[in-house]
Amino acid sequence: MTTITERRAIGASLDRRDGPQKVTGTAAYAYEHHFDNPLYLFPVQSRVARGRITRIDASAAGALPGVVVVLSHENAPRLADASDRELAVLQAPEVDFRGQYVAAAVAETLETARYAASLVSVSYSEEPHDVELRADRDDLYAPERVNADYPTDTEEGDFDREFSSAAVQLDETYFTPMEHNNPMEPHTTVALWEAGDLTLYESTQGPHWTRAPLAQVFGLDPDRVRIIAPYVGGGFGSKLPHANTILAALAARMVQGRPVKFALTRQQMFSGVGYRTPTIQRIRLGAGQDGRLTAICHDVIGQTAKTKEFAEQAAVPTRTMYATRSRRTTHRLAALDVPVPSWMRAPGEAPGMFALESAMDEMAIKCGLDPVEFRIRNEPEFDAETGLPYSSRNLVACLREGARRFGWADRDARPRSRQEGHWHVGTGVASSTFPVIRLAGSVARISYVGDGRYVVEIGAADIGTGAWTALAQIAADALGAGVADIELRIGDTSLPQASVAGGSSGITSWGSAIFEAARVFRDRHGHSPSEGDQAEAAAPDNPDAGRYAMHAFGACFAEARVDADTGELRIPRMTGVFAAGKIINPKTGRSQIIGGMTMGIGMALHEESLVDARFGHVLNHDFASYHIPANADTGQFDVAWIDEEDRHVNPMGSKGIGEIGIVGAASAIANAVYHATAIRVRDLPITPAKLLR
Amino acid sequence: MKPFRYDRAEDISGAVATLAREPAGVFLAGGTNLVDLMKLDVVKPDVLVDVRRLTSAEIEDLPDGGLRIGAAVTNSELAADRRIRSRYPALSQALLSGASGQLRNLATTGGNLLQRTRCAYFYDTTTPCNKREPGSGCSALEGYNKEHAILGASRHCVATHPSDMAVAMTALDAMVRIHGPRGQRQIPITELYRLPGQEPQHDTNLEHAELITGVDLPPSAFSPNSRYRKVRERASYAFALVSVAAALEVRDGVVHDVRLALGGVAHRPWRAEKAEDALRGKPAVQQSFRAAAAAELAGAAPLRDNAYKVPLARNVMIRTLLELSGER
Repeated sequence: MTTITERRAIGASLDRRDGPQKVTGTAAYAYEHHFDNPLYLFPVQSRVARGRITRIDASAAGALPGVVVVLSHENAPRLADASDRELAVLQAPEVDFRGQYVAAAVAETLETARYAASLVSVSYSEEPHDVELRADRDDLYAPERVNADYPTDTEEGDFDREFSSAAVQLDETYFTPMEHNNPMEPHTTVALWEAGDLTLYESTQGPHWTRAPLAQVFGLDPDRVRIIAPYVGGGFGSKLPHANTILAALAARMVQGRPVKFALTRQQMFSGVGYRTPTIQRIRLGAGQDGRLTAICHDVIGQTAKTKEFAEQAAVPTRTMYATRSRRTTHRLAALDVPVPSWMRAPGEAPGMFALESAMDEMAIKCGLDPVEFRIRNEPEFDAETGLPYSSRNLVACLREGARRFGWADRDARPRSRQEGHWHVGTGVASSTFPVIRLAGSVARISYVGDGRYVVEIGAADIGTGAWTALAQIAADALGAGVADIELRIGDTSLPQASVAGGSSGITSWGSAIFEAARVFRDRHGHSPSEGDQAEAAAPDNPDAGRYAMHAFGACFAEARVDADTGELRIPRMTGVFAAGKIINPKTGRSQIIGGMTMGIGMALHEESLVDARFGHVLNHDFASYHIPANADTGQFDVAWIDEEDRHVNPMGSKGIGEIGIVGAASAIANAVYHATAIRVRDLPITPAKLLR
Repeated sequence: MKPFRYDRAEDISGAVATLAREPAGVFLAGGTNLVDLMKLDVVKPDVLVDVRRLTSAEIEDLPDGGLRIGAAVTNSELAADRRIRSRYPALSQALLSGASGQLRNLATTGGNLLQRTRCAYFYDTTTPCNKREPGSGCSALEGYNKEHAILGASRHCVATHPSDMAVAMTALDAMVRIHGPRGQRQIPITELYRLPGQEPQHDTNLEHAELITGVDLPPSAFSPNSRYRKVRERASYAFALVSVAAALEVRDGVVHDVRLALGGVAHRPWRAEKAEDALRGKPAVQQSFRAAAAAELAGAAPLRDNAYKVPLARNVMIRTLLELSGER
């Protein structure tokens, strides 16, 4: 593959180009653009988890001064395509989950809209609902494929025979709870219909990936839909269009010419904008006395909604992590009366690697091996899932470098062997992995505007990742220009189309398009272009795609301190070492990894959405009761990169780092907790109650 | 949020008189809890009577050596006061362990005393809750109750009181000063709060339109040797699973006097009188502390999810007393 050979901007720790706007509050997020004469929307949510609306009385709400319209399935415009039940908002009286939008008030002020919504009276014919995920359900089923188009089940060798004859065996079940993405900026839409054109100021991970379903649902030519999203306050997978976006657009259609603003409350973010399914994961490992794995089985049970399937691919990383003679992976689902689960940072890898890497720790102990050495001993020579060689794989280097930085060599392997005052102290390790994903369909346009300056346009989204800066660095090197001479334009469907900021794919997908556009630009216009010279090009397919397995790897080390009297758990330090190809901007990259590892602390210690089965909705739907880490929960983060040259992944040699930081973090912590206390917690989160003895 | 009227009176008597005429009105001070509850339609007052500028924002020395804290003193100011920090350290520690810096800057002493429970069912108007809607039932009794009460609960309500400050004040024998339609009175803080019984809708024994104007802390020989220990699931900005406020005076190795209160275990800050009684005159050693904790927790009645609170409360009581006795 042709790659960028002279890296000047790539690899430089530049400050964020959008930093000054963000710290001065002048970066306009979706809600903050200037609008003339806007209206405000507040939704009414279902109070039953399954049933049918029998009557809606909006008379009191409609009579309030300032209320412009109250929408429900009785009067909302019909959608052109209501086949996606999640997006078929206010199209029918059926209720699929508790919290579903059943009406909405649109008013001159937010306060009026909110009060009006509370006055809408909805009667239901309620039906029994089913919201409990359990392993003993008799209706678990195998989906046709799991997410990212992976096979549902895989089988290599004869697992049953290998496992039953293994000298060392492990058979344990691990649980991860429902978790909600909860980006800092709530999901926000400002929708405006004018003369048949729909404009959305949207908090989204992908303007074009939002435009496509909107055009589909409303039966519009995509050219008549514009999505604007220059700044986005996080997404973690949850910011692709959900029902809230459709609801705002529906309302705007009823009040043509006036913008309708709809920002979710924090409470509303716990229904209908996605979440990570709870998982029940049985892991069986067999090994010889030499600590070499002979049998691996990973059986995953998750949930989906009855209305739409989402199959979390939690066993997929197990297909590539370690060498073994036999391997089986399976995924089963329970279809429930719940909101549709969706993408949440490292879908598949985050819950799946918690189970696998906890089991690897337990197995290392059973084999009498150091957990680092046990992993190194089971390093594969090729990718078992595809049979392909790795484009690069440096897990072993990550483990060794991490061990060195963390001070692993001094570790007394015996659990509960180190006490400092009231604290039991322990350390743990886990491996991380995330695939290199290139999404199709990104196009970049480069224009020369004179004075050595270039405008680079692509409809990408910076959801806090640093894309504003990293893409300019890529463009600079691709063009042989200085970063200061690059004017980047992203976050708008009026720009050339781009794939989503998801799957850690942004830099690979968008950067490849920019690289290609630069190549075409130089081919066409040479190195002394004239003002107005322009080139546009799509990211080509990766010629090495079918020849190599492409994954990033990493190793996460954690220290856990557990109060002997209270079970309080602190994580004073973590080390993460990653082999993720070329790091475009080590400064913003480090921030992404620290964010991932911090989210891993949340996964390990805090996050758990509690569904009361009697009611069917998430009970702890605010930040007072759904905990994410506070600053005081984090300690020192030591983040380092393995210098990895990979000429097969993309022209930049980069692999994507948006998600790998969370993968392995929860397991490293759980393993450290075991080392500290001799208590093995297999169900997240690890709360004081689980550590009290 | 239901529309409401906003009223700012000239003085305390005027505010009390105004509210006495408004059966569905409430006082507003810092608003850090009340406004949240209004947004969620948990509380739907017709009128807010703003008392923020009416009650004292001063901390005054009393002739007997105690301190008088005005109801409008913010949590931040109270926590930082040198006299509080040296003479009643448990109170300062309790305040600093609660909420966030921003909230403490706004929250007042009077308002802190009257914050409502954090029971998730109380906050969620789509579920039954006897405290929010008397007679509708208690969802927590058979539901998620990890945070709920192990002492003094009823089948009508198993909620806990969320304040840290009030737990410390309970251990420190604080007196609450009240101005109501029928004049002024003061009551021990332990008499301010109620157990849920059959009427969990009432958190306190205040009558309608009674306003807390201040809190008096009595002088004591042992309050300088006091501390507050809070256990929570996140290192800051979280409500207590269990907390302990304790003050201890040891003479010649014997417990001369002790004050002990628990947070996170009951509908009110829980003064641990059984433990105190068991300790007075006993050697200030771990064995005594263990026996005292056991005496207090003998009546604990844990629910499905909160049995851990019994050993947790025991351990924190023992450790806090050990630390106060100079042991570690």
